[in-house]
Amino acid sequence: MKEYWQEIRALTMRWVRRLSREKFSMLFTLVQPMLFWLIFFGNLFQRAADLQVTQSASYISFLTAGVVVMTVLNNGLAGGVDLLFDKENGFLERLMSTPIHRTSVILSRFIFVTTITSLQVLVILAVAWLFGVQPVTGLAGVATILLIGMMFGVGLTAISMAMAFSVKSHGDFFSVLGFLSLPMIFLSSALVPLSAMPGWMGFLAQFNPMTWAIDAVRPLILQGWAEALPHVGMVIGVMVLFDALCLYGGARAFRRAIG
Amino acid sequence: MSRPVAIEVSHLGKTYDKVRAVDDLSFQVYTGEIFGLLGPNGAGKSTTLRILITLLTPTSGSARIFGLDSVKDADRVRQTIGYVPQERAIDRFLTGREHLELLADLYHLSAEDAATRIPQLLKLVELEQQADRPAKTYSGGMKRKLDIACGLLPDPNILFLDEPTLGLDVQSRLRIWDHVRAMRERGITVVMTTNYLDEADQLCDRIAIIDGGRIKALGAPNELKAGLGGDLVSLTVREEDRVEKLAAAVRDLPAIRAVTTRPNGLDIRVDSPEKALPAILEAANRLTCQLEFIDYHRPRLDDVFIAHTGRSIKDDQPKTEDS
Repeated sequence: MKEYWQEIRALTMRWVRRLSREKFSMLFTLVQPMLFWLIFFGNLFQRAADLQVTQSASYISFLTAGVVVMTVLNNGLAGGVDLLFDKENGFLERLMSTPIHRTSVILSRFIFVTTITSLQVLVILAVAWLFGVQPVTGLAGVATILLIGMMFGVGLTAISMAMAFSVKSHGDFFSVLGFLSLPMIFLSSALVPLSAMPGWMGFLAQFNPMTWAIDAVRPLILQGWAEALPHVGMVIGVMVLFDALCLYGGARAFRRAIG
Repeated sequence: MSRPVAIEVSHLGKTYDKVRAVDDLSFQVYTGEIFGLLGPNGAGKSTTLRILITLLTPTSGSARIFGLDSVKDADRVRQTIGYVPQERAIDRFLTGREHLELLADLYHLSAEDAATRIPQLLKLVELEQQADRPAKTYSGGMKRKLDIACGLLPDPNILFLDEPTLGLDVQSRLRIWDHVRAMRERGITVVMTTNYLDEADQLCDRIAIIDGGRIKALGAPNELKAGLGGDLVSLTVREEDRVEKLAAAVRDLPAIRAVTTRPNGLDIRVDSPEKALPAILEAANRLTCQLEFIDYHRPRLDDVFIAHTGRSIKDDQPKTEDS
């Protein structure tokens, strides 16, 4: 157990070191979602969005939940990228030829992605706060938001790693990633409530796990515990299922690739 | 002569998508030797290596490393071996020292052990000056040295090197050879793949020539060369219709082992060149057979390779990556 922890700590520190050496990349990773989506998109649609439809005091306050979950989505789906490069340049082989527990590499990645994502979510909530968005459920609500984000993130990271281990080249990986990411956002309640979508889009969006996560996060910010709790309970159930499914698929892809 | 065996490979086979990458391979590696797997790209040598270091599961047969099965005892095998993958298996953003620190944790070294061993290794591969620079600033030779330091970190009994000098300049290459020899001096068994004939010839104590997933020849480079029998004299004849006549005359001369004909000349294996050469030239003179070109050489490893595989190592290398 002590050895397992030694491995995981060392591998996690490697990801942290890499990120700290890529200062620009770190800056853009942190800043991009709040800059592009929250500040630009949120203010851009401030007057265009019908607040009767969004049922919120401002479009930014409506959008905050969406940006939080979008960040989880993007970080999660990109979570396998570094492993993909490790696989391609042989570093993964070097790691796997050492007497480590086979799951250490993967677990270190989960820890790293989850931590970074949680930090980002906090930054987004802080920026939203500057624009007058205060989560009505307070700190407990913020903690719940982080929990939902982590649960969603674990499944997404598992999908990303499964893809990283299965694809033949990183070109394939990024094509699939690009193809997945935007439709997932448009076909969810991130930017517009389901009720305001064209029928067919709203129909599809119901099945998007992102919608479920957003529908739990949004009342935590805008309405209060009474409205949020049923959604939170629901999303935790769904996420347990979602994670189990993704982890199972990820484990299979990993075993096939590493043996 | 029975020497202690480090690796025992028996009837090893590996099939990918119905392609037999490795086919019924059997050989032994003795402790303390430098053993080379020589073959063109795609011959199956890297596949063999990956099975030995427990990264691939064989489809048939088995590989035992110090008596431990590469599949069943994979975890214990990993504790006794070091592995130096092909070039570039390096994290560009980490410094040399951080690479070794990471691996020290993966081999579960205590902080004290790591603190003594890492500076030793950096000194050994002459990377002390650059130890705290990110690896992306390293030259190819420096990366390779770091690779080797990483492979030596667990203080292995066996070190596996995958194409250790691929793409290196001559200077770095000779340095790496020196390092590999130094490891043998320290009692480490070295198993390496290579597709360089001179590397196999000069560095390895014994080699296995692998082609099409099978062993074509196995032994010390000198034995293999001697096994071909005699030095080689190649004649190119101007009038091709005289080839047969000359061949018949040469066959009866002293110190001649074997004569094979080509459309435009003869390949003659000779026992003692100082006797054979004058006699051959005289016979050619007597038959007024004009020689366009005479080539004489001791058997080289490429002759061995051609003799056993029917082609040169540089011929028809597949375009796919070595697997």
